[in-house]
Amino acid sequence: MSIDQFKYSRIPPEAEALRAEVRAFLAEALKDYPAVRRADSWMGFDAEFSRRLGAKGWVGMALPKRHGGGEASPFARYVVIEELLAAGAPVSAHWFADRQSGPQILHYGTDAQKERHLPAICRGEQFFCIGMSEPNSGSDLASIKTRARREGDKWVVNGQKVWTTNAHRSHYMIALVRTGENSKRQEGLSQFIVDLSLPGITIRPIKDLTGAEHFNEVFFDELVLDADALIGTEGQGWGQVTAELAFERSGPERFLSSIALLQTLIDAVGRSPDALQAKEIGRFAARLVTLRNMSLAVTAQLAAGNNPAWEASVVKDLGAVFEQEIPEVAQLLCELPPTVQGGSDHAQVLAYLTQMAPSFSLRGGTREILRGIIARGLGLR
Amino acid sequence: MRDLFDSSVERLFSDLVTADAVLACEGGEWPTELWTAVEASGFTLALVPESLGGAGAAWADVCGVLRLAGRFNLPLPLPEAMLANWLLGASGLAAVSGTLSVAARGTLRLENGRVTGAAVDVPWGRHVRHVVAVAAGAAPAVVLLPTEAATVVRTVNTAAEPRDTLKFEAVVPLASAALPTALSADVLKLGGAMMRAAQIAGALETVLAMATTYAGERVQFGKPIGSFQAIQHQIAVLAEHAAASVMSAEAAFAESDDRLARLPVMAAKICASEAAGIGAGVAHAVHGAIGFTHEHALHLTTRRLWSWRSEFGSLTDWSQQLGRALCGAGSQALWPTVTAGVLAGYEEKMTTPTLTLFAAPQGGAGLPWGGPSGGLSA
Repeated sequence: MSIDQFKYSRIPPEAEALRAEVRAFLAEALKDYPAVRRADSWMGFDAEFSRRLGAKGWVGMALPKRHGGGEASPFARYVVIEELLAAGAPVSAHWFADRQSGPQILHYGTDAQKERHLPAICRGEQFFCIGMSEPNSGSDLASIKTRARREGDKWVVNGQKVWTTNAHRSHYMIALVRTGENSKRQEGLSQFIVDLSLPGITIRPIKDLTGAEHFNEVFFDELVLDADALIGTEGQGWGQVTAELAFERSGPERFLSSIALLQTLIDAVGRSPDALQAKEIGRFAARLVTLRNMSLAVTAQLAAGNNPAWEASVVKDLGAVFEQEIPEVAQLLCELPPTVQGGSDHAQVLAYLTQMAPSFSLRGGTREILRGIIARGLGLR
Repeated sequence: MRDLFDSSVERLFSDLVTADAVLACEGGEWPTELWTAVEASGFTLALVPESLGGAGAAWADVCGVLRLAGRFNLPLPLPEAMLANWLLGASGLAAVSGTLSVAARGTLRLENGRVTGAAVDVPWGRHVRHVVAVAAGAAPAVVLLPTEAATVVRTVNTAAEPRDTLKFEAVVPLASAALPTALSADVLKLGGAMMRAAQIAGALETVLAMATTYAGERVQFGKPIGSFQAIQHQIAVLAEHAAASVMSAEAAFAESDDRLARLPVMAAKICASEAAGIGAGVAHAVHGAIGFTHEHALHLTTRRLWSWRSEFGSLTDWSQQLGRALCGAGSQALWPTVTAGVLAGYEEKMTTPTLTLFAAPQGGAGLPWGGPSGGLSA
């Protein structure tokens, strides 16, 4: 861990060159897209839109060409995903496959697994969810109880996952389950690619506080998996999961969740903001510029083959505080109560993001877990 | 160049900038020996072109030097001298050796070859031989002024660093030149903000190290207080803000060249100014009563954080300028501004003669950029 790892990293010109094309595509594709749906961003699900992005080569774009990817640099991918998020494009369908499952299958998968999944991921046709949390295992992930036992050349899975975003509309789940008993809880965990169309799986959406359905509980009852559903090495699941945390925690989705509200706020205050409005909008913009530079610095570390898990935790925690502060401050700046039905774009986006904000410091690692990681990196634990 | 600069400055400061030396300066002494050593190292001329006798270093090369000045509580106007000589060089004027500072606020006007008015909040004004300022007039001019010609009103900040008012009455500048068209009338305020942002980042690195060390040593309830989650999480927040300050300062220096990168500099000073209060607060909370004593060294850094955040534009001042610019450009321009790292159109407005800044706006939509509060007329 080191603060000095936050080295300023400009996006290289060849990656920057993509931006104009992505912007032009999004301006056309989203021209009638309402503000409140833009606020959904990476929770917005649109399978057809994901396929269109796949056709443009913008899903799994950093994967090798032989697997259907574009062998793009991490910075080129960064340009595409930050433009998608800033425009509020509905990217949720392919998001987890693009960010996590694809790279993980490339890294740990067999040739057959790569062939089965990567080209379809890159086409924007195969969607993944991530099965981690369980009813009694949230922040304490190593305590999971869902178990897979060997029977001949098959695996039989029993247990339950919860808070699994998109399970009800994904094709596959990469699940972390227990395959052995060890004195150390982190040992004996393995990852499986679970085909969600198999018998023995029940998926029940859980309504969130707004009544929307993003996450689910998923039950496995004597689910039978072929031997090649195992990804990576049996018993090495914990290491495989933690290795990807820096990817999961440092991207632009960790500080852009409320950008739609910052945009409608600027519209709402108009061209001549009062002193307080100007101050808060300027302060948010300064933080946005800095968080983006921090996120790009982590991207450069990842591109260099390092594992900047500490730095990624810094980005995610600061980013979540920023995303949560925007609705809190926005409601102070205009005499405009939030509205769920009717009202202006700003009132609707304010209502939506005010209600979504608590999740920003829960998903992908809670504030407490992140600060614990940061403290450990400082030598305090 | 960067590594060489950082290592030689770190060695110099570790040897000479002791707590006793800092306290002696706070008592009113001028550290002649330390200044001589710093000047001999060549850093006051680092940003001057080689053709004018300097080292020709880039801003990106010296961010580490400024962070170290903050880390060590350097009780000298080294940042100010570097900025002053950079502006002299950029204006085609010869750099000066000897003690030197900047005047970024005040009412100085250059008329008929003479400068009249007050330079406010001049760092180490009473101790330096020269100050560099941008004087108003028919057109903004860079002027080099002898402090012996000024009446000095003494003021010190919370760290007992001199921030004096210098009054000039029809003083002939030692050198003057038109402000280069690429630079804005608030260039010294902007440059000072960039310097302070880096110093704050360095100071936060110091208080982070002190808080972490102390939390590992101080035992209560039978264990080091750093083993309590409440302490761990406070220090984690301090680390996050230190990291954000370092990142934003590094970006500002990296993006500045012949002109200062306005948006990254604004972002750096805004983030650092916010971080300064949060960081100092956490460091004191962790240290408990001992950190509140004069005997403990923590206050050498926290008292600087409490002043530096307000100098060369506070969080509020820069945030309002930035917020007005962004609202004036409309919501569609927000994201392109962030990715380009440039406030399109802003520099042009800043470099036009002062009077036109407040001309009637086009289309009656209010002042498009709010009008700058920087420059000597502010």
